[in-house]
Amino acid sequence: MPADRAKENVVPDEPRLTREQIAQRAALELPDGAYVNLGWGIPNLIADYLPREITVYFHSENGILGMGRRAKPGEEDYDLVDAMKVPVTLIRGASFFHQADAHLMTRGGHLDVSVLGGFQVSEKGDLANWKIPGAKGSGGIGGAMDIAAGAKKLIVCMEHVTKDGVPKIVKKCAYPLTGLACVDTIVTDLAVIDVQPEGLVLREVAPGWTPEEVQKLTGAPLINKGRVPEISLR
Amino acid sequence: MKKKVYSSLDEIVADVPDGARIMFGGFGGAGFPNNLIQALVRKGVKKITAISNNCGTRDGELGLMFKNNQIKHVIASFPGPHADHFQERFAAKEVTLELVPQGILCERMRAAAAGLQGFYTTVGVGTEVADSKEERTLDGKRCILEMPIHADYAFIKAQKSDELGNLTYRLAARNFNPIMAMAANTTIAEVEELVPVGSIDPENVMTPAIFVHRIVQAKGLHYAG
Repeated sequence: MPADRAKENVVPDEPRLTREQIAQRAALELPDGAYVNLGWGIPNLIADYLPREITVYFHSENGILGMGRRAKPGEEDYDLVDAMKVPVTLIRGASFFHQADAHLMTRGGHLDVSVLGGFQVSEKGDLANWKIPGAKGSGGIGGAMDIAAGAKKLIVCMEHVTKDGVPKIVKKCAYPLTGLACVDTIVTDLAVIDVQPEGLVLREVAPGWTPEEVQKLTGAPLINKGRVPEISLR
Repeated sequence: MKKKVYSSLDEIVADVPDGARIMFGGFGGAGFPNNLIQALVRKGVKKITAISNNCGTRDGELGLMFKNNQIKHVIASFPGPHADHFQERFAAKEVTLELVPQGILCERMRAAAAGLQGFYTTVGVGTEVADSKEERTLDGKRCILEMPIHADYAFIKAQKSDELGNLTYRLAARNFNPIMAMAANTTIAEVEELVPVGSIDPENVMTPAIFVHRIVQAKGLHYAG
């Protein structure tokens, strides 16, 4: 490989956001008083990083609104678990309902924000997050398709590229789809990106990274509207 | 009036035939009718179609039924990370699976309960679950037709029942149980507490007795994750 070409492909050695920092950045997207569903993976960490001044009512697909922190040792009640089977607590003003009503809330557009993990997001906002082609076993959909179809605002939290460095933001998803044109905002370890009618708009970049460097690790064109600020974690 | 309360788990499932379609309540380790499932294991029924959010936790929940090869077809949304016996049977093609988005699983059962012949939804459009389903555009949105899920039996878990079958559930152990109770021809409830008629305030009844056909009291079993 010629020297100049190699230089062009150099990945910046500026640090990327950790999974916790991705969650921390995504938490800043939640308005005070919002009803919010958090999916598996990075989204589940968001509850730990809510700004102190806001109250958010977490929804769980097994029929809880107003889910609180995880139960401490000795405090566990196995009839009170989140969607990941983890014993949780309630906040004041919580309520229970059955699974059909829980998904009526996700699908019917009643929640303010839903946050899911992702394997791939396309430039049109298509999401693939439930099955990796060739993976062993049956796979499972769970509530993701209901959430994707009905979310008023859908945020996807994920790493910007795979472990092998392949972009996860792409022109067209190659993995099995969860939903079409459903994603509003993508928060990664390198950027915050909004899915707009004109394409993917780069809103923020990770500290020390330039829009050009982020673009090189993105499989679809990013639109810059003026200077792109760095992600700031309060 | 026919008595709904049974004293024996084996007796309450005695008429379940091979090939029955059975809904099983429960989610995330909570609200599973584990005592009823174990009675089915003892009875040894075969070729069951199971309708359930997931497919067992190791030997727990539906796990033993897969281990014993009692289930031939599953309609589920999320078989689950510890559904080892299911995955083995699935890999060996000894059980078939229809994967359904979780909320649509609820609504297809609710359609059966409500006497509806199906419904259109945007959920799953453009994905694998839309394969071979009728698609049409309604109100400018692409939709697919989803059909009701009927069952011969619903096996559910409740906290409390009176002798008529009015039920209450505890915390998030409610999950799929009230939906399944309404959707099946025969609903069998495993309950922690059995109380006299009149001791549950009518305002607090979560599943009205009309949906519940048989009741048995049993101490709930929980399988860790």
